[in-house]
Amino acid sequence: MSEAIAYYPGCSGLGTSKEYDTSTRAVCAALGLSLVDIPDWSCCGSSPAHTKDHVLSAALAARNLQLVSDMGLKAAATPCPSCLTNLRTANHRCEAAPFKAKVDKLLDDPYAGGVNAVSVLQALTEMVGLDTVKSAVRTPLKGLKVACYYGCIMNRPPELMAFDDCENPMAMDNILAAMGAEVVPFPLKVECCGASYGIPRPDVVAKLSGKLLDAAVGVGADMVAVACPLCQMNLDLRQGQVNRAGGTNFRMPVPYFTQLMAVALNIADEEIGFSKLCVDPRPVLSKALAVAD
Amino acid sequence: MNIINLTRDYDEDFVHRVEEESGQNVSLCYQCGNCTAGCPYTFAYDIPVSQIMRLVQAGQKKTVLSSKSIWLCATCESCTTRCPNMIDVACVMDVLRHMARREGLAAVPQVKTFWDSFLDSVRAHGRVFELGLLINYVTKTGRFWTDMDLGPKILPKGKLAFKPHDIQGKEHVARIFERFERESNS
Ligand code: SF4
Ligand code: SF4
Ligand code: SF4
Ligand code: SF4
Repeated sequence: MSEAIAYYPGCSGLGTSKEYDTSTRAVCAALGLSLVDIPDWSCCGSSPAHTKDHVLSAALAARNLQLVSDMGLKAAATPCPSCLTNLRTANHRCEAAPFKAKVDKLLDDPYAGGVNAVSVLQALTEMVGLDTVKSAVRTPLKGLKVACYYGCIMNRPPELMAFDDCENPMAMDNILAAMGAEVVPFPLKVECCGASYGIPRPDVVAKLSGKLLDAAVGVGADMVAVACPLCQMNLDLRQGQVNRAGGTNFRMPVPYFTQLMAVALNIADEEIGFSKLCVDPRPVLSKALAVAD
Repeated sequence: MNIINLTRDYDEDFVHRVEEESGQNVSLCYQCGNCTAGCPYTFAYDIPVSQIMRLVQAGQKKTVLSSKSIWLCATCESCTTRCPNMIDVACVMDVLRHMARREGLAAVPQVKTFWDSFLDSVRAHGRVFELGLLINYVTKTGRFWTDMDLGPKILPKGKLAFKPHDIQGKEHVARIFERFERESNS
């Protein structure tokens, strides 16, 4: 089985979330999902564009949707929920002709419409499926207690995102459970971590991310699995700032869910990229897997 | 918060513009408070989101557009997801900051500067150049990078590229911004 989908890594996939990109590519390849790079893709505009203007934001995203259309494809997968929201919003808003006309005015080539963006999480769930995932496992993540954190926008608003449950999403839990991990119920799955306010308002991120780390410790998680580059940065890179602001002492590993999948699929260390994270998940991981043996 | 004379400051045109630009009927809000209860940023807001909705209904343009809240909203979509009247509250917040920008207002200037630096980077390179964005932000705000402590953590990971990854079609992206500016000034 090999299914193809266009792949939009997002800017952070080339920088701060390289390990999300490499582990995603390796996992999809191992599971027979073929990700086709979009030639010369550009930034989707992310939050800064939609806070400025909706037409500008849609045009920045639609340039990429049109590139997908030019490839003869109708769907694109992205690991980044922020890219996902922008791409889906642009496509959705362009269904209204007057809005689309304004977007096309800003573009070199008009957007043909009808390109559906999905998350890598959704592509793995729907195009690969849990059975295939399960039968591909080489090293079960037995004994590893994982809290799955989806971030705030992966499934919201539900009318737009049209995947999984908006208050209690389960797609990541299901995948990691299929890989043998013990997923622990995590009540703050969709709470916001502080978004991109880390630079202009670090106090805000320290407070919101601190609450999430505290809850993860509270439910007995060994680690928090994430699906968003910005969530990852706030919870991992900024964990020291969270500790200083709140007088706490967290040392919680925050890997991408695709990195944990890669471990279970026996993918090479360079592609997993645990060394790129601030809190190294390997000690906790080997301890959990050893105890389970 | 200041005491507001609701009848005196009622700006009908403002209410219509918010409704038109957001595509939402703000009069549907009956002040249940769900949005505020679920908003992770209420602690940092000067005006809670449900009160922003009330003030919009009451046409209180100046108070709303000068609030810090509209610049601190992260578009987390909690309010939109949980509003019993299906109001896209996050979209209303977004539209309010569009309007504030047009009026030259930004009650949390460093947030606006950060977003602008981000867009400048996209305009110049076609993609975000993370390190360049930071330097630009630090230069514009004149504040020493508050995240200096992160440098030793992230630099050895080889994640922050020192050179921008310019795309070939970066002129296409630059033209999107140019046309946008032309359209908004016409
Ligand atoms: S949302 Fe972030 S990562 Fe995604 S393309 Fe836009 S800037 Fe880049
Ligand atoms: S970074 Fe924060 S704002 Fe972005 S998805 Fe993650 S939780 Fe939401
Ligand atoms: S949740 Fe909806 S109805 Fe309730 S206060 Fe907020 S906007 Fe108004
Ligand atoms: S979208 Fe904005 S106003 Fe609504 S809950 Fe999230 S942060 Fe609060």
